[in-house]
Amino acid sequence: MKRYSPNWELFLCRMRMFYREPDAVFWTYGFPVLLTIGLGVAFRTKPPDKVPVAIQDVAALSDVLQTLEGDPVFQTFVGSVAQCESWVRKGEADIAVLHTDGTEYRSDPTRPEAAFARLKVDDAIQRAAGRSDSVAVNDAHMTAPGARYVDFLIPGLLGMNLMGGGLWGIGFVTVDMRLRKLLKRLVATPMRKRDFFLSLIGSRMVFTVPEMLLLLVTGWLLFRVAIEGSLVSIAVVAGVGALSFSGLGLLLASRARKIETISGLMNAVMLPMWIFSGIFFSSKRFPDVVQPFIQALPLTQLNNALRAVITDGASLMSQWMPLTILAAYGLVSFVLALKWFRWT
Amino acid sequence: MNGSTPAVVCRDLRKRYVTRGQPPVDALVGLDLVAHAGECLGLLGPNGAGKTTTIEILEGLLEPTSGDVEVLCMRWGSDDEALRQRLGISLQETRLADKLTVTETLKLFRSFYRNGCEPAEILEVVTLSEKQNARLDTLSGGQKQRLAVACALVGEPELLFLDEPTTGLDPQSRRDVWDIVRRHKERGRTTLLTTHYMDEAERLCDRVAVVDRGKVIAVGSPSELIHRIGGEHVIDFALKNHAATAIVESMFSDLPSVRDCHADAGGFTLTVGAPHECIPALVQRLSTNQLELARLTTRHVSLEDVFVSLTGRKLTAEELADKTP
Repeated sequence: MKRYSPNWELFLCRMRMFYREPDAVFWTYGFPVLLTIGLGVAFRTKPPDKVPVAIQDVAALSDVLQTLEGDPVFQTFVGSVAQCESWVRKGEADIAVLHTDGTEYRSDPTRPEAAFARLKVDDAIQRAAGRSDSVAVNDAHMTAPGARYVDFLIPGLLGMNLMGGGLWGIGFVTVDMRLRKLLKRLVATPMRKRDFFLSLIGSRMVFTVPEMLLLLVTGWLLFRVAIEGSLVSIAVVAGVGALSFSGLGLLLASRARKIETISGLMNAVMLPMWIFSGIFFSSKRFPDVVQPFIQALPLTQLNNALRAVITDGASLMSQWMPLTILAAYGLVSFVLALKWFRWT
Repeated sequence: MNGSTPAVVCRDLRKRYVTRGQPPVDALVGLDLVAHAGECLGLLGPNGAGKTTTIEILEGLLEPTSGDVEVLCMRWGSDDEALRQRLGISLQETRLADKLTVTETLKLFRSFYRNGCEPAEILEVVTLSEKQNARLDTLSGGQKQRLAVACALVGEPELLFLDEPTTGLDPQSRRDVWDIVRRHKERGRTTLLTTHYMDEAERLCDRVAVVDRGKVIAVGSPSELIHRIGGEHVIDFALKNHAATAIVESMFSDLPSVRDCHADAGGFTLTVGAPHECIPALVQRLSTNQLELARLTTRHVSLEDVFVSLTGRKLTAEELADKTP
């Protein structure tokens, strides 16, 4: 007689139920990638805008015109005095260079761009006329991979995804099965409860792999987000995070009998972490008084550990603190969930 | 299996549901039941009578408040794993996973049992072979119900529990489910089912336990129960101007061969042994009292009449809310 493995069949069924649900696949894989692309493009590093300068069309300013037109920092408009004034008034130019008694800068002092434009224009004109700098300086630009916003963002999105996937992927699915009385039907068979929970968690871990790879590859292909740490370290941190949030998901779903209940519980748990746990901006921006609370959130710990291994190339051992906290969250949640779990 | 050992015995079963802020509900108030090995026993009763509570206690899914339950000579609490291996269960309403196919679902349920049949075999029994690769969300109600029964049968159970297996199904689908149950019985195995359809109980069950208000009020084969109320035939009739005249049941109870007489909103129901003697006398009686017939029909006694005679109520009239949480 053919042997059937309950673990394997449960796992297969869970996998099929997931990938045959296009909505679930999109929200797990498609949405986070779109979010990364959107935010990455919005906050991409771009050269500063050109400074628009209006220049009077007179022979006395031909040298100035030549200087400014030849400098990529400036965008030049040439016209009569009236035209130049009109450009400045409408904000099309930040400053006008006119020839009256001598060379004159005309601008609106209430506009902050005007002061910047004046500095730039004057600097260019004076240099062209032979002024030299008395102090030699070097400019260093912080646009190297690893220090940009998108480098900060990707690990945060990974963490957010692990949280959402664990909570929704376990919690929602469990309550849905309870509502369908599928849990009751399963517990009426000789199925071992352990096998059921293992298949839920196991399938969730498998879903995590493409999720992580997609985000990391998207970040690397589009924004050259570098991965400094070893893939093994990243996988371990992500794995512990996924387990931790799976446990929380199971705990939230252990008693709920309505989709509304579980949705409310999930949002109540996730909302503080979306805000405080450093997904889109650093959690250090919050005042010191709330830092203990913020550091106690599992997503804060996960994001810290992910940033450390992905961006800073930290070793796994150095992340023992966040990993321990995450594991503790997972373990306590599992134990309580199994204790309180309602099959009917 | 030894035919003398009962498959199910329960004595003085009681179940009280306590909901905070509401008065407690007694779903079972001392229910006794014995199911013999190899028979098909039906729990017949209106909605809210306690059928589902009873069957779920027997299935080990609910704890009784008090009472004694023995299933296949074992007990819930100490022999759960062994019991689960030998029981097949179909709940009143289970929505299996929509996105799985018929075969995938059956393989899953098969994997839980040490022994059982191949999914393909059981699909033939429930005539779903041509749907084996169809996803559940494409099946009709009848097909889904047959699959639910197949999931209960895939572990080749000695004892099959079916809770309202044909509720909401069309007539053909109901007959299909009956055929599956009969085949299970032909293999010498026991079935315990609940129903509020008297025709289902009459055609399918070897014995019927009539359940009302949390206890069994009569047990026997359908024909025994029908004989027990005396007559074999029923005369239903109604009178013109019924409401205007004060007519009492006793006016007809002394007619020849009348065993029982009930008045209801539409008219009167007489249970009689010999309609050919009763009807002429009835017509005579009415004309003496200057009453006129609005309608008169005769039929054989059914389990519905048994229920009415036992409780004074119709089986289908009272649609109480289901008390199971």
